[in-house]
Amino acid sequence: MAVSRLFGARVKRRDDPQLITGKATFTDDVTLPGVLYAAVVRSPHAHARITRIDASRARRHPGVRAVFTGRDLADRLAPMPCAWLVPGCELKVPRRPVLADDRVRHVGEGVAVVVAEDRYAARDAAELVAVSYEPLPAVINQEEATRAGAPRLHDDVPDNTAFTWTTTGGDARAAFAAADVVIHQRFTNQRLIPNAMEARAATAHANPATGELTVWVTSQNPHIHRFVLSIVLKMPEHKLRVIAPEVGGGFGSKIPVYPEDALVAFLARELGRPVKWTEDRRENYLATIHGRDHITDLEIAARSDGTLLALRGRTYANLGAYLSLAAPGIPTILHGLMLAGAYTISAVEYTVHGVVTNTTPVDAYRGAGRPEATYLVERAVDLVAAKTGLDPAEVRRRNFIPKEKFPYTVPAGITYDSGDYDVALARALAMVDYEAFRREQAAARKAGRYLGLGLSTYVEICGLGPSPVAGAVGFQGGLYGSATVRMAPTGKVEVMIGESPHGQGEETTFAQIVADRLGVPFEDVEIVSGDTARTPMGWGTYGSRTTVVGSGAVVTACDRLIEKGRQIAAHLLEASPDDVVFQDGRFSVRGSPDRSKSIQEITLQATLAWNLPAGVEPGMEATAFYDPPNFVYPFGAHACTVEVVPETGEVRLLRYVAVDDCGRVINPMIVDGQVHGGIVQGIAQALLEEAVYDRNGQLLTASMLDYAVPRAPQVPRMETDRTVTPSPHHPLGLKGIGETGTIASTAAVANAVMDALAPLGITHLDMPYTPRRVWHAIQQRGEVRP
Amino acid sequence: MIPAAFDYAAPATLDEALRLLRRHRHAKVMAGGQSLLSLMKLRVASPSFIIDLRRIGRLAYVKEDKGAIAVGAMTTHAALAAAALVRRRLPALAQAAEAIGDLQVRNVGTIGGSLAHADPAADYPAVLLACDGVVVVRGPRGTRKVPAGQWFTGLFATALRSGEIVVEVQFPILPAGTRSAYVKMKHPASGFAVVGAAAVVRLGRDGRVADVRLAFTGAASHAFRARAAEEALRGQEPTEAAVRAAMARAPEGVDLLEDLVADAAYRAQLVRVYGARAVLAALG
Repeated sequence: MAVSRLFGARVKRRDDPQLITGKATFTDDVTLPGVLYAAVVRSPHAHARITRIDASRARRHPGVRAVFTGRDLADRLAPMPCAWLVPGCELKVPRRPVLADDRVRHVGEGVAVVVAEDRYAARDAAELVAVSYEPLPAVINQEEATRAGAPRLHDDVPDNTAFTWTTTGGDARAAFAAADVVIHQRFTNQRLIPNAMEARAATAHANPATGELTVWVTSQNPHIHRFVLSIVLKMPEHKLRVIAPEVGGGFGSKIPVYPEDALVAFLARELGRPVKWTEDRRENYLATIHGRDHITDLEIAARSDGTLLALRGRTYANLGAYLSLAAPGIPTILHGLMLAGAYTISAVEYTVHGVVTNTTPVDAYRGAGRPEATYLVERAVDLVAAKTGLDPAEVRRRNFIPKEKFPYTVPAGITYDSGDYDVALARALAMVDYEAFRREQAAARKAGRYLGLGLSTYVEICGLGPSPVAGAVGFQGGLYGSATVRMAPTGKVEVMIGESPHGQGEETTFAQIVADRLGVPFEDVEIVSGDTARTPMGWGTYGSRTTVVGSGAVVTACDRLIEKGRQIAAHLLEASPDDVVFQDGRFSVRGSPDRSKSIQEITLQATLAWNLPAGVEPGMEATAFYDPPNFVYPFGAHACTVEVVPETGEVRLLRYVAVDDCGRVINPMIVDGQVHGGIVQGIAQALLEEAVYDRNGQLLTASMLDYAVPRAPQVPRMETDRTVTPSPHHPLGLKGIGETGTIASTAAVANAVMDALAPLGITHLDMPYTPRRVWHAIQQRGEVRP
Repeated sequence: MIPAAFDYAAPATLDEALRLLRRHRHAKVMAGGQSLLSLMKLRVASPSFIIDLRRIGRLAYVKEDKGAIAVGAMTTHAALAAAALVRRRLPALAQAAEAIGDLQVRNVGTIGGSLAHADPAADYPAVLLACDGVVVVRGPRGTRKVPAGQWFTGLFATALRSGEIVVEVQFPILPAGTRSAYVKMKHPASGFAVVGAAAVVRLGRDGRVADVRLAFTGAASHAFRARAAEEALRGQEPTEAAVRAAMARAPEGVDLLEDLVADAAYRAQLVRVYGARAVLAALG
């Protein structure tokens, strides 16, 4: 194998120039001749019966071509499916029509769609659709929703409980009986709004000659979109083509197939003209999925020496009004199984109630279940440290899964591949200068200032994942990676992947891998994704999986081409294939370096097929599917320092140190970028963001004037470093990095703020730590004068 | 985020704008549009006619005029923040202009638009009150000057009458030795003032506070002068302790706003804290 030239290099992202200069094509940039525009009429009520819809005025509005209501579509379109049917939890999936046809169950749910010649006419006419509602009592809080007498959303979901899922491992009862320290704490992971910069959009075009329907859509997984749309539209998959052009951020919110995607496709087919819909920001807040929203009671058992013995807990996960595409898997498989974190906690007993409420559906948001778990276990560690009087860093060291114990199976049953947690923590402590900070903190406290330091030594599950495991946990799809590597006659390389990167940088990192592997110039490699007609079946981009599973498929396909090239080169060089070595893009005869052919020459010969060895097919193209043997488990140690200003409750972030271990690093610049963005989103959960509903189910934070998306001035400079613990089972030793920042940073900031407030006797506050909330908490202690 | 249909005119002169305003009684005057357009996109406002002042170039200026800094109504926040005259003679005004929104908003939004819109959390009102500024309006019956104290009449409500347009804002030039400052807590999402405080302070020959004017925005339905706190501070040594003690009276008698970011108790605290910070910043 060639010495790596590009693997590990800070190669600039190829897609940045076009993105930065506005030349990229996003879904809303796709405007077809004769296109019509759709506008959705949405419910202003959180819960109501639809008694009558009068669309006559809308139909008469100039430029309007059609109006459809939920009842018009009921027989035409199948309901929106849920695709993560977690077994063993009595899962109930309530019917979710594309447009509500009987009852609306959250503010913003679609009840009708108007199609017109331009966006303005469509929006104006949507306001003319008269919908009569009979309001019903609504329930917003997931714990209240399970109580007797709470308004019920779906007839077939008793107690509003869509599932009750439990994971048990080890003997929690014995562990609690033996514990010196038992702590009970209620935590919330508040509801967040993903806020991709690009809102959702879809455009569809039906070709009357072929019957083919092409849908451009803001999707993280066009093959899943095609799969699901074929079900909803009752249309064969081979007549459907789904294209995800540039996608301006997803963070999980563009995994689900949404009602509007199906609507636009249906309308294009029905009306015989292209139809386009672009979400506005208010719709994005109401009709695109939200994230998190857990209420958790957690009990922690520990020994007085800081040994963590067991966790026992119960979470109410708010799923919103319907089960979005992956919703059941997020608070269970991706959350509950990771509760023990990086520690040798011997017993876990944990129950999750998935609850429907009159709110926007909740699904995967960056980290998806794992930030929630990390917040719980990392806070638990600090609570144990506080209770036992031990240093939080020391408690972590005492409980880390030791390096030599990997692969390590946690009580929940999953097996971590590799880790070296001590080293990452030591590095982070050195970077933040832990001892010096503790001295500064002590001095500051004497002067009436409140400094805090928080640690988060996280581990996460990603690189989703082995398909047999996906099947076993009810994910209604495979999770392998896929790639077709196709060499043109001149030796240029097209790589078609089944994943669908949208800003994560695989256009660059995969080209680095392929250029190294095939010994061709980086510029000769093109990575193609996001189009079901051009790429092999694949499962998209989420769960920090693209680099991990995609690269597995890419290198396997490259190796097949190299093997084929070796056969052809041996034939042309009149040598035995066993004597042909491949290095730096050349096939040469062992011991006779002058007898050689470049991979480009071999590719031309393979393409012409004038003189191929017997049994070798023409062409230089290979497709590979890579099903990973296990997930990968990146980890790291983040440290954050803060100052809390008592007179206003403001939290000032002082420093943020992140040491992450994602195995071998293809492109450090891209890894840094992923870490930076992730950290910012995690900080935002700790300090800024919270979706707030009133009692009637109206979203009070329904715009960027009210919902605090983080801005650059609110974020400190991030100091990053890495340790390298390769995944033992991945062909390149990679682990994922797309979500680590978000998974780690919320807990790091939370621990820092609570550390700062510790001298005031405050042991818990709910996130986000807004100035108002922190100031009131300090007031209630009554120890700081205003 | 698609507004309802409306008619639009961008007259080249103020007289033409006033004529249009007389003819279209429900027209809305647009300056920078930074508040109005958002409301229209949300369909909270659906004016049938927009009179855009952007082509009336003669309304954008900052100049010294008869003992006052005269600011044309169409002067952008960015221009105001950068104006040497303002930075030198009335730092509070430059600081308020600089604290508005983001760069894009400051490049387009105007002082006249902001004062006419009278958002309770806008930044200028505190400075206007603390400086005893004057809003100059032109209408069918000519020009009229409205003192700051009479301009804000309620939530999004001003003394502007039907058919009138704000044309100029005047800030009296402060006597030598009088200093000013504006500080605010930014709303974490909108950037508006959760509480903004403007202070104008003059120390006497004895080193004590001879005169102080203190005004707040963001805290109530409209900006207000904190006269009790001013009274408490007058004649005091300008120490931090004295300033903080006087600020205990700053929220007195004010019906404070409550929202997700700040309830009344917390806003009262912010009024005390930011009032003190403004006075101390002015004192340097």
